[in-house]
Amino acid sequence: MASSVPALRGELAVAPAADRPGLGGRTRRLAGRHPTLALGVVVMALIVLSGVLAPAWWTGDPLEMRPAERLTAPSAQHWFGSDNFGRDVYTRTLYGTRVSLIVGAAVAVISLLIGTTLGLVIGFYRRLDTVMMRVMDGLMAIPAILLALALMALMKTSVRNVIVALVIPEIPRVIRVVRASVLSLREHTMVEGARALGARTPRILVRYILPALMAPLVVQATYICASAILFEAYLSFLGAGTPPHIPSWGNIMAEGKTYVQLAFWIILFPGLFLALTVLAINLIGDGLREILDVRG
Amino acid sequence: MLREILRRLVATIPVMGVVAIAVFALLHVTPGDPAIIIAGDYATADDIAKVRTKLGLDKPFLTQVGIWLGGIARGDLGASIYSGLPVTTLIKQRAEATIALTLLAMLISIAVGVPAGILAAWRRGSWLDRGVMVFAVSGFSMPTFWLGFVLVYVFAISAHWLPVQGFQSFERGLWPFLRHLILPAITLSVVYMALIARMTRASMLGVLSEDYIRTAFAKGLAPRRVLVRHALKNASLPVVTVIGLGFALLIGGAVVTESVFALPGLGRLTVDAIIRRDYPVIQGVILVVSGVYVLINLVVDVLYVVLDPRIKY
Repeated sequence: MASSVPALRGELAVAPAADRPGLGGRTRRLAGRHPTLALGVVVMALIVLSGVLAPAWWTGDPLEMRPAERLTAPSAQHWFGSDNFGRDVYTRTLYGTRVSLIVGAAVAVISLLIGTTLGLVIGFYRRLDTVMMRVMDGLMAIPAILLALALMALMKTSVRNVIVALVIPEIPRVIRVVRASVLSLREHTMVEGARALGARTPRILVRYILPALMAPLVVQATYICASAILFEAYLSFLGAGTPPHIPSWGNIMAEGKTYVQLAFWIILFPGLFLALTVLAINLIGDGLREILDVRG
Repeated sequence: MLREILRRLVATIPVMGVVAIAVFALLHVTPGDPAIIIAGDYATADDIAKVRTKLGLDKPFLTQVGIWLGGIARGDLGASIYSGLPVTTLIKQRAEATIALTLLAMLISIAVGVPAGILAAWRRGSWLDRGVMVFAVSGFSMPTFWLGFVLVYVFAISAHWLPVQGFQSFERGLWPFLRHLILPAITLSVVYMALIARMTRASMLGVLSEDYIRTAFAKGLAPRRVLVRHALKNASLPVVTVIGLGFALLIGGAVVTESVFALPGLGRLTVDAIIRRDYPVIQGVILVVSGVYVLINLVVDVLYVVLDPRIKY
């Protein structure tokens, strides 16, 4: 956006700093134009920091039980209160951030990698297209959360299996997006030109189609990440996600479920973190969509 | 028209076929022996063998697929491993709560989401518009079950206005029925409502800049009439689409909402089945829910033709 016109060296040297926004200036301008994106980035940065550096934020041991301090309300000692085993909810919530971030990022990256590869191939080879898209329609008719639940029912609860269970329903959706773009890009004159120059299909896919897909895929990645974080919490809340010995927002809330009337804080704080994280990622996604001019 | 509907109905058969096969294949593509997994951690070799014969897992794969598809064609989804009852019976028992919950949530979402989207588009850039957009983004990001707990805490535990959880059948009277459904339905509707409001606004914005809208206003028509009769009608296709596609969100939300409010619906049935590894029940629920989803989107397709007669299939 900025610095699109190459300037002469001599002019650059004498130009006052104010005329040429540096990285800081450009960031500020971008933030001014997209305040919600900026908000999303700031909140997300705070969440990532709280998760990655969880041990540094005056937390204790997330698994330490203190039976004498069961279900105590938020206080100077337990900022977010304590749960039914006397574990510190603040500590557990911060550690829970890690599971959510790992699951969100892993699901987004893995489903995009698999979905893009398959989508490129399916979109470019006509013969595969009709059959494969029927299959995709069928797979997408199964609500994602039910499919993920069914998969978890057949696997042991672990963070890795949660990622697998959330990637599978996401793949046909990525394929759909990629295929739609490939179908329109295939008719583009640049592809025709490349063909005339003798480029083979794999080269066209990688050098011409893939770069044009980057913008919609980046936006898609944010939405997949946001929904994966939500779904991980759903699965863990329903007892089919992250195992109980790893604190995750979903299973902290699942354990607090029985104590809604007595100790609402066990549910309130992890949920607040969850809502803020998903909101921040969605804000980033909406901002990127605007900047990259992605439709649909 | 009738022929079109019939044609579309036939076109859903291959989609449902894929769903049926996919739901069945799940059992076999996941690593490990399904009989061992379903029998549970403390099963003896004898238990595992029993599960294997009961589910027909000892037969060749294609025979199993044939038995499963044949059963579906006859309306037989097998029997629960846990209770021994036919899966169709279990689904019928639990259908009322889920249907009531999702329908009510759908009604609330449309009744609030569509007008909110229209007003936001009409008063673009105003505080009203911003308010709707903030609601749309935050509502879409809301963890359904957490919102449910917050509402329970505020309206049931603190204020004592509504019951904390539970369900009353419609046969016990309208008020007890609604009283138990208000909080769950509002909880479930928020995500869907946000989606609808957002789509309505975007679609209305596109239409409101058209010449014929300016003409309609210039003729002195009441804004209400212009917005609803002239604009909304032309902006309704994407909205109807999102209502159909968003049904998947609604079902996903229903599973957790039922768990929060202890509603005896299909979601609870599924979650209980997962804890007991009662796989026939899980398969049956997924198949039925996906079928409903396909049917709803079929209705949406038909609505397209009603709303815009230019569309032909």
